[in-house]
Amino acid sequence: MKSKRNSNRVGWWLLSPSLVLLVLVGIVPFLYVIFLGFHEWNVFSAERGRTFVGFANYADLVFDQPFIAAIGRSILFTVVVVGVELVLGFLLAQSLIKDFRGKAIFRTLYILPLVVAPIAVGATWRLMTVQGFGPVPHFLKEVFGYDFNIGVNSGQAWFTVVLMDVWHWTPFVTLTLLAGILAMPRDPIEAAQVDGANKWQIYRHITIPALMPIIFITMFIRIMDSLKVVEEVYMLTNGGPASDTTFIGLHIFRTVIQKTDWGYGSSMSLLVLYFTIVVSWLLHTTVTNKMQQVKP
Amino acid sequence: MTKVKRRTRFSWRTQLGNVGTYVLWTFMTLFTLGPIYWLFSVSSRSPVQVFDKPTILIESFYWENYLKVFNDRVVRDYLINSLVVSTTNAVLVTVLGFFAAYALTRFKLAGASNIFFWTITNRMGPPAAFILPLFLIMTQVAVFGDWMLFDTRTGLILIYTLFNLPFAIWLLKGILEGIPIELDEAALIDRANRFQVMTRIIAPLAAPGLAITFILTWIFAWNEYLFAATLSSANARTITTRLAEYVTTTGTNYGELAAVAFIATLPAIIFLVFVQRYIVTGLTFGAVKD
Repeated sequence: MKSKRNSNRVGWWLLSPSLVLLVLVGIVPFLYVIFLGFHEWNVFSAERGRTFVGFANYADLVFDQPFIAAIGRSILFTVVVVGVELVLGFLLAQSLIKDFRGKAIFRTLYILPLVVAPIAVGATWRLMTVQGFGPVPHFLKEVFGYDFNIGVNSGQAWFTVVLMDVWHWTPFVTLTLLAGILAMPRDPIEAAQVDGANKWQIYRHITIPALMPIIFITMFIRIMDSLKVVEEVYMLTNGGPASDTTFIGLHIFRTVIQKTDWGYGSSMSLLVLYFTIVVSWLLHTTVTNKMQQVKP
Repeated sequence: MTKVKRRTRFSWRTQLGNVGTYVLWTFMTLFTLGPIYWLFSVSSRSPVQVFDKPTILIESFYWENYLKVFNDRVVRDYLINSLVVSTTNAVLVTVLGFFAAYALTRFKLAGASNIFFWTITNRMGPPAAFILPLFLIMTQVAVFGDWMLFDTRTGLILIYTLFNLPFAIWLLKGILEGIPIELDEAALIDRANRFQVMTRIIAPLAAPGLAITFILTWIFAWNEYLFAATLSSANARTITTRLAEYVTTTGTNYGELAAVAFIATLPAIIFLVFVQRYIVTGLTFGAVKD
């Protein structure tokens, strides 16, 4: 009994440096954000001090048009990119199941974007689409006579931002789904083939249900990350034209850093955090329910 | 069960499928490498050539972009900062992550796993939410006389643990769970102490996992931009912040921008070759095993 308690103390000692660090860089700032969310504080405003305003920030946020619009854009962006990446990733994973000559090389080259810094991804796509010498506008103009300018046309800006995210993250989705497919038992599929099921039926009733946990994890990670995308878009469009590609992460960044609206920015961050938690919770419960129906 | 060997017959359908696979993957490779190649291509153009129409081949290489970047004291300092910050941070989180993962897998610590589940939720929040409080803490609380934590490499090293340490703990937890606890018990019976068990028995067995943890956390730290841009002003700025600095209102020097972006991307790509087998496990926090 005594020795067990001693040995647990060793465990806590091993854990303590990590705990102390995470409390300092994670929990303390988090509590501070909650505290600041109830205040008005802008160093560059007339009254520079911090004043307690209760829930006023939150009341304002509900009617804050740019804020609501930024959230709406983030949701749309997330739905589009996660949808495209899942479908594309699934199809590409299918083509990687079989062995073919040169597969390893194709695979290595294909996942390169995964480790490129987000800010460099933004810079790269800016160079691709910049007016004057960017190959994308140049090619479209020369061949089709089509004007492509993401600084002016918000539809084209959206398209480029989505394409950039697909370029950056579809390899991740492909690899996770491929790992899931390869880990799946072959027997049910073979049994179904013997029973005369066609390809579509096998996907619909065996492959996809069995892949559900992996699809869920992949979606979860991708949704979290696309809801908070900042650097790539900051570098590519800087939120423009006008504020048509200003997603919520960039909007908060601007409010806090550029406008130094500290109190208001804090309440904004918190609201977005709660929103993200609710989304992931909803996703979690729906998928767990689905999975319980599938499992015998 | 006996395996029935089937005679492989020439089938147009399979051949067509193979051709399709190559067409698909050639296209995907062009799509993936195209932008990176263009980045490299722009970095080879002089300030005059840069605005010429795009060409597929690089006609003449303007090395001055790279020479200028490497001779620029600012860029050199930023590169050194990046190197110091990401290496120190990766060592720190790998060691602390190893301790913590060992504790979580070898001891029954009430509530500990809940705490770590919470730390992973840091990932959900917008990073901008943490910037302001960290900025205030670093400029107003962590101040000793003339010295403050703001704009120091130490500050960035500590802050990067916010996203790298939970990642390291989760990844290493999965790896240490795979090492049987009986090994620890046998060594403890042979009068080895805990520290010896960890360093002489478990660490060598977990060496590949430790290496992957180090490399992935190193890449994350190297690639980080938002914290570096807002929590440093002159002395601790990293290479990613330099990239954004090239985009100015008065005009962008695209050749040098591309050179810096290419230099900043290269180390992570080289590292990727070593970790690509484990990248799925890594990027899903160990949830998906490849």
